[in-house]
Amino acid sequence: MAIITFPLPRPRLPQMPLSVVLVAILFVVIVVLAVLAPWIAPQDPNDQSLLARLRPPGYTYRDVTYLLGTDDLGRDLLSRVLYGARISLAVSVLSVAVSTVVGVSLGMVAGWYRGWVETLIMRAVDIMMSIPAILLAVLTVAVLGPGFIKLVLVLGLTRWPRYTRVAFGQTLTVAGLPFIRASELAGAGAGRILIHHILPNIAGPILIVATAEFGLMILFESGLSFLGLGIQPPTPSWGSIMSVGRQYLERAPWIVFVPGACLFLLVFSVNVLGDWLRDWIDPRSRSR
Amino acid sequence: MLRYIVNRLLQAVIAIFGVLTIVFVVMHLSGDPTLLLVPQDASAEVIANLRRQLGFDRPIGVQYLDYLGDLLRLDFGTSVVQRVPVSQIVAARVPYTIELAAGALAVALGLGIPIGVVMATRRGGWIERGLTAVVVTGQSVPTFLSGILLIAIFGVLLRWLPTSGTGSISALVMPSIALGSVSMATFARMTRIAILDELGKDYVRAATARGMRMDQTILRHVLRNASIPLITITALEIGNLLAGAVIIETVFAWPGIGLLAIQSIQARDFLVVQMIVLLISVVYVLTSVLADLIYGFVDPRIRLMR
Repeated sequence: MAIITFPLPRPRLPQMPLSVVLVAILFVVIVVLAVLAPWIAPQDPNDQSLLARLRPPGYTYRDVTYLLGTDDLGRDLLSRVLYGARISLAVSVLSVAVSTVVGVSLGMVAGWYRGWVETLIMRAVDIMMSIPAILLAVLTVAVLGPGFIKLVLVLGLTRWPRYTRVAFGQTLTVAGLPFIRASELAGAGAGRILIHHILPNIAGPILIVATAEFGLMILFESGLSFLGLGIQPPTPSWGSIMSVGRQYLERAPWIVFVPGACLFLLVFSVNVLGDWLRDWIDPRSRSR
Repeated sequence: MLRYIVNRLLQAVIAIFGVLTIVFVVMHLSGDPTLLLVPQDASAEVIANLRRQLGFDRPIGVQYLDYLGDLLRLDFGTSVVQRVPVSQIVAARVPYTIELAAGALAVALGLGIPIGVVMATRRGGWIERGLTAVVVTGQSVPTFLSGILLIAIFGVLLRWLPTSGTGSISALVMPSIALGSVSMATFARMTRIAILDELGKDYVRAATARGMRMDQTILRHVLRNASIPLITITALEIGNLLAGAVIIETVFAWPGIGLLAIQSIQARDFLVVQMIVLLISVVYVLTSVLADLIYGFVDPRIRLMR
């Protein structure tokens, strides 16, 4: 029930440069492969074959061809990397969801109620931001012990402050607009205004933060797993596969570089798409 | 100016206090911090004794005040595993991490700022596109992957550089590049934004109107003004480099506090881990205060503010 309508042109279909289209295709391919892993993986990712250890890509043993080679326990690297993509995406998507929900709610509440609520929340944001996130995540995961849910919660709950800052600033701007005042006068409660009127109007900038954080979360998960603190073996995670492969760098470099290349391509595509999304949502940033 | 300084210092004190509180809460998340300080096979009796000895059986509020008191006196406790003061264990490793962080910062600044300048001044061409790709790549490669890649190429394949160890400049090269590449991307981006912001200002147009060549304007005026926001970024990046050392030191077996943190987690020596987290966070807070003070000092608009 907006009273003032802004004569904005309707957003047209996004125009993507060819390079961004290619990157988007790459991203979609990775996501589809991850989702379909149980159906397309040639082997069980945990099936060991001790007679086929550290074999190079393309090696065939007893009618089984290992397209990307095998690891130190003779497991099919292709299957492990496919399943690893699932872990990587699941952890990062879920932790981004956790930190978005927590961060945005706190930011909107701080921006709407102001006063001591704002002081309390924004001080907490300052404090959280003065501990390097990866360090806090390492400490917390080490204290709590490994586990999928714990990992998601730790990553999600260490990275909410950036969402809060953005949501807070945006809420301040939107809360001053006449249509918010109007719905207040019409008797709408705070919850209704925040969710139905403010949230849709601040979604763009939040989406920009979320995509940037998405790439970072993928790196955090793989980093923690690489350190042995994240996803535990035998569950395949790109980070943990790489930490094993590091020991066989000379004999079997593919163990490190296959998941490493996947990790790079995924984060790269997320970052490129994130940059493009930012320019599209906020055209002023393009000139910067 | 004095009010600005006092205000900023007060904020830093609150931030440090908050950091101490968060670390205390995290250490108690598992329910019983005693279990974090003993080997996994310790008997129930040993654990109970230690719990009493370290005071973990007291009310949580008392423990918290006690913890704050100890830290105020810079007492970080004694390692149960090694029976040595924690501060001694950490102090022995600090110089290595400083060396690594300095190397990485040199890489990040030395490459990032020139790349940012070129990106801002040569817009819309192949050069800018190429450099954008370099920057996004720097941002997307996990430090441990670039570390391993460097080891594979220069250590294993070409045998030009040592794959681990310390003590020489050649040993510092690869860890510094691996750790600094992410910050390099940040510096390039921020330099570009800072310069583009400045290029839109009136004094640039005025200089052009006076017949000054663009590269001269950039060298003489724009770079100086653009460097102000970079001071803050540098402070933030120092903190990120120290935190990133946790991963990169593991890759290169670099004996700094990052590797020590991981080793201490494996040895269940959490007082050491706690001190490292506190140390890096406090350095993080202090460098950002220092950056704001320098900022205030070099920028007369803030210095002259009353």
